[in-house]
Amino acid sequence: MSGKKGETRVKIFRDWCKGCGICVAFCPSQVMKLDNQGKARVVQDDECINCGFCEIHCPDFAIMVHPREELTPFEAYIEEVRPATREDLQKTRNNSTG
Amino acid sequence: MAKVTQLIHNYLRHSKRFPHVFCPGCGHGIVLGSLIRSVHSLGLAKDDVVLVAGIGCSGRIPVYVDFNSVHTTHGRALTFATGIKMANPRLTVIVIMGDGDALSIGGNHLIHAARRNIGLAALVLNNHIYGMTGGQSSCTTPLGSYSTTTPFGQLEEEFDISRVAKVCGSSFVARTTVMQARHMDKMISTAITHPGFGMVEIISPCHTQFGRKNRFKTSVDMYRWLQKKSVSLDKFQELPPEKRKDAVVTGIFEQKDCIGLEEKHARMRRELRGET
Repeated sequence: MSGKKGETRVKIFRDWCKGCGICVAFCPSQVMKLDNQGKARVVQDDECINCGFCEIHCPDFAIMVHPREELTPFEAYIEEVRPATREDLQKTRNNSTG
Repeated sequence: MAKVTQLIHNYLRHSKRFPHVFCPGCGHGIVLGSLIRSVHSLGLAKDDVVLVAGIGCSGRIPVYVDFNSVHTTHGRALTFATGIKMANPRLTVIVIMGDGDALSIGGNHLIHAARRNIGLAALVLNNHIYGMTGGQSSCTTPLGSYSTTTPFGQLEEEFDISRVAKVCGSSFVARTTVMQARHMDKMISTAITHPGFGMVEIISPCHTQFGRKNRFKTSVDMYRWLQKKSVSLDKFQELPPEKRKDAVVTGIFEQKDCIGLEEKHARMRRELRGET
């Protein structure tokens, strides 16, 4: 499973991270660190060896190990993203009940 | 390894207010991810999978994932699941229970589901404590450890869940920990495909209620302890007896060929109707 250094990068969704520190403690090459907000942050992007430990052991699904050349889904659709309007939020809220 | 998180996101119910309710460092989230990966690797459709859960922290797991889900009464998850499986054997039924749910309140049902050998996959998430109600000692609290109701140490011996299931006749019994997610994936997918009753005991540490009272400063300390203590079954047999005492043994304890109860029932039905 382990690949070469520098082929992948780690993406953290900070809204979903709860700062348990599992990824920071068990990362073999210290890619992540807890910052002053208590959440994980990528500090050494180049050191990732693609072992995949953080991705499958994150209890909150907040980490993604991604091939370096490809865009993450969020970056791929960034052109289509616009700020949410009041109507959008209303619609989302009505759909999400149940 | 990449793109696992994207895959998991396809199975989640995003309307259910993420991040989920589990405490920071709770192992239940890892189990949820592992369950999704196992179901995905088996290529099952979302509509063909039923998740049945009882009450407790583990009862929140089916809420977040987009399968058919039943959130049942305390300890009775296995009985509901038995009914679902007998009514529609085509469905893949996965039961998620906590240790209190499976052995204290629903201990009776676990024994009889194992005896019947009905084709369910039962995941028992063992966190050694009643986590949701405030950290009371449960029947799996280890001897001498502390909890809200045992402030000077537990006096009772703990239940060995895997041994109970094995003795009661379950045809697939395995134990794994949340620190070995790949091993857990393998165990869960084997339990799902196994024709009879497949029970997987998953050690999932509870830092908030159990760890803090037992001298674990952070949840990471608890995971480190779990990683240190867990040994595979082959290695355990080579260990000297003094080291065996507090080891967490992981691996498959029982795996035998059998016919599930629903299959036996279908055969009897065909026979009685004269359809060969």
